[in-house]
Amino acid sequence: MDAVKSGELKIENYTLNFGPQHPAAHGVLRLVMELDGEVVERCDPHIGLLHRGTEKLIEYKTYLQAVPYFDRLDYVSPMCMEHAYALAVEKLLGLEVPPRGQWIRVLFSEITRILNHLLNITTQALDVGATTPALWGFEEREKLMEFYERVSGARLHAAYFRPGGVHQDMPAKLGDDIGAYARGFQKFIDDLEGLLTENRIFKQRNVDIGLVKLEDALDWGFSGVMLRGSGLPWDLRKAQPYDMYEEVDFDIPVGKNGDCYDRYLCRIEEMRQSVRIIEQCLEKMPPGEVVTLDRKVAPPSRAEMKRSMEALIHHFKLYTEGYKVPPGETYVAVEAPKGEFGVYVIADGTNRPYKCKIRCPDYAHLQALDFLCKGHMLADAPAVIGSLDIVFGSIDR
Amino acid sequence: MDEALNELGQQIAQAFPTDVTGYSVNLGELRVEAEAAAIVRLLAWLRDEPSCLFQVLVDITGVDWPERPKRFDVVYHLLSLKQNQRIRVVVQTDEATPVPSAVGVYSTANWFERETWDMYGVMFSDHPDLRRLLTDYGFEGHPLRKDFPLTGYVELRYDEEQKRVVYEPVTLTQEFRRFDFLSPWEGARYVLPGDEKAEAPPSAPPAPKPGS
Repeated sequence: MDAVKSGELKIENYTLNFGPQHPAAHGVLRLVMELDGEVVERCDPHIGLLHRGTEKLIEYKTYLQAVPYFDRLDYVSPMCMEHAYALAVEKLLGLEVPPRGQWIRVLFSEITRILNHLLNITTQALDVGATTPALWGFEEREKLMEFYERVSGARLHAAYFRPGGVHQDMPAKLGDDIGAYARGFQKFIDDLEGLLTENRIFKQRNVDIGLVKLEDALDWGFSGVMLRGSGLPWDLRKAQPYDMYEEVDFDIPVGKNGDCYDRYLCRIEEMRQSVRIIEQCLEKMPPGEVVTLDRKVAPPSRAEMKRSMEALIHHFKLYTEGYKVPPGETYVAVEAPKGEFGVYVIADGTNRPYKCKIRCPDYAHLQALDFLCKGHMLADAPAVIGSLDIVFGSIDR
Repeated sequence: MDEALNELGQQIAQAFPTDVTGYSVNLGELRVEAEAAAIVRLLAWLRDEPSCLFQVLVDITGVDWPERPKRFDVVYHLLSLKQNQRIRVVVQTDEATPVPSAVGVYSTANWFERETWDMYGVMFSDHPDLRRLLTDYGFEGHPLRKDFPLTGYVELRYDEEQKRVVYEPVTLTQEFRRFDFLSPWEGARYVLPGDEKAEAPPSAPPAPKPGS
């Protein structure tokens, strides 16, 4: 009906409905594309098919209860979402996180980055016709998710980073196992690159596709790899370091041309850098507390609760009433694997956020799809979508 | 850090003496309050002024304050890659007054404004395509307003007889519960049970029982 009203039907171009259930749509993306022959003239993404009202729900939950919602946003990089939220609440509360807690967060943020890039690179390859990388990548993801499981009890929806630190200390030997895995992981990246980097078909499908100039990237609010692929070395981990990122040494890969292939190369290099950061984390991580000792925010240990009346009261109060956050507002952003993930929290002095706006990087990226696809062939659209690194959990919220 | 932000706030206030109504620095973040009518000029200035260069519009969102006459805040978050600074620009509006659209300054404002329209019902004038974005086709209401119930008004299910999805008003099998966890000693904004007696005039003493 809308098409008739806006006069679309008079145009002789062909209108194609792409999705919402299409394997290359990376979720529930519906694209209304206007095609001139096989050339994309206009591309209108219809999103919101996975909208769950996360921001509304968070307004009705205590600060601690809101944490698991963040796992469910970008479900391929859950811990980075929690990280932004935890940092925002800590900023409002004025909390200090003990060093070990910060190191564990950095360690798992980087594991998360590898998890995300593995999924993105391999599904991008799948979109342009390569099946093997996806199978290899998912096997590695499974191993990494086992580390998630060992540390938090859940493979995906970890709810591990909490305001004040992380929920529990890492189990014994987990650090050694992550270290052993990281040492072998460079070999895996080499293998993956052997499949893709110089692959003729992969290059034909990605080089000079979805070109983004730096001005355009800024105008469209790009961040993360989408911005770095266009040649700007901007990384929040370096520019506005949070937690222990100041203490680690890593490089920021940048692309030259800003096409899909450069973005792929950036992601590959970022995985290598993540491995470097993981190794440094394991080396530098001191023993000690992992969560703040402020018992008005973080619960006491189970063992303590058995003996101390005070601890029992704290536990009860924290899991019923929660904690009150002094009035204020803050916007905190982290460098999530997809780009700048920000949380804007307004506290009104009660135990629930007055407002919590979630700023997802891929939302801004997807919006530029019309601009990116214009003039490309229809078959290039999946390649562009693949390199945008979109996940509908976080776009639709 | 705070000093630089204070200076920046002062600079903005001087450049827009009538349009910028105030600025403050809290938690290391600069918040500038402006008149809604001047937002496009202000954003363009912030983007192009050589000492600011806020080239990236990070986010636009709304905030609902139902008790205010101008009930909505529209919040713009900008990022300057050159200065490595962030700034928050806030304008106020109500349901009827549109805010000039920022799409002409930042392309990325498009979806953020559509979302703000969808979620809060804030109108944006001169927006190229102000359709709903996240909610269902044919959805009514603006879900993030404080007076919109958490459960919404309609639910849908697949109807076996009609062979299609049907929309129905929400029926709750149990009343929607919202617990008040605030401790009565600190936060309660209502009269506590028993407190009403303090205001009432003292009642007459009970009549003496006959025969005592």
